[in-house]
Amino acid sequence: MQRQVALIKQSLFDQGYLDEQFMELEELQDDANPNFVEEVSALYFKDSARLINNIDQALERGSFDFNRLDSYMHQFKGSSTSIGASKVKAECTTFREYCRAGNAEGCLRTFQQLKKEHSTLRKKLEHYFQLARQAGPKETARRPK
Amino acid sequence: MTRDQIAEELPNLAESKLTALVVDDSFVNQTIHQKLLNRLGIENDVVTNGKEAVDVYCSGRNYDLILMDMDMPIMNGIQATKRLREMGIESKIAGVTTRANEGEKKEFMEAGLNDFQEKPLTISKLLSILHKLNFYVQT
Repeated sequence: MQRQVALIKQSLFDQGYLDEQFMELEELQDDANPNFVEEVSALYFKDSARLINNIDQALERGSFDFNRLDSYMHQFKGSSTSIGASKVKAECTTFREYCRAGNAEGCLRTFQQLKKEHSTLRKKLEHYFQLARQAGPKETARRPK
Repeated sequence: MTRDQIAEELPNLAESKLTALVVDDSFVNQTIHQKLLNRLGIENDVVTNGKEAVDVYCSGRNYDLILMDMDMPIMNGIQATKRLREMGIESKIAGVTTRANEGEKKEFMEAGLNDFQEKPLTISKLLSILHKLNFYVQT
C-alpha cells in the first residue's frame, strides 16, 4: 500500500501534473495539520470550480470580454501555481496569451483543454489522497526521488 | 525545514513574538501563507483585500509585517500600500504577487513596499523576507 502511494505520487511528478510547489506544501504538514495538503487541494478545487463556472458562463454568453476573462484566468493561474498544478497552470498561461491577442477561438480551444487537465488532476489527487490516508502519514511526507 | 533548522537560521525568532497580516483575496493563498507564518511561530491574521487591511489598521491593530498581494478587489495592493504609508504606518510591507515583470514590480515597490517576493511563497522566500527586513535579534 505504501509503495503504491509512493509510485502514484512519483508518476504525478514524472507526468508533469505536479511540480515542486506541491512538495513545498507537503513539507508544511505536521502533527497539527497532518492533512494540510489535502485541505489546500480541496480549497483549490472548490475555488477553481467557481472560476471555471464564471468563465463558462462568460463564454456561453458569447461575450468575449478579454479583460474580464484574463482577470479570471489570472486568479486561476495564481491558485494553480500555489498548489503546484503544473499542467493546469500552463493552460492558464496559454489562455491568457490568447486573451491578449484577442483570439476567441484560441481561448475556447484552450479552455476545453484546461478543463480536461483540471478534471484529470482532480481525479488523480482524490485517488492519491484516499490511498495516502489508508497507508498512513509517513508516506505523504516522503519526497519523491 | 525543522524548527531547529529555522531557529539556527534566525536566532531568537521563536521568542520575538512577531505578528503578521496576510492580505490576499485567494483562500488557497491565505491558507498557505498562514501555515508558513505559523510554522515560523509568527502570530497572524488574514484579510481579503486592501480596504480590509486599511480598516484593520484604522481600528487600532498593528502588525510587524504585512504580506500584501497585488491583485485584489475593492482596493488592490498598490492602493492599500500607498494608503497605509499615507496614514504613517511603518509596518514592514512585503509584496507577494505572481506579477513579476519589471514595470509592475517597480510600481508596487514605489507604492511603499520594503520587499517583494514572487508567488508562490515558500519557507525559504519567507525567511528571505524576514532576513532582509531584519526581523531577528542578533546574539
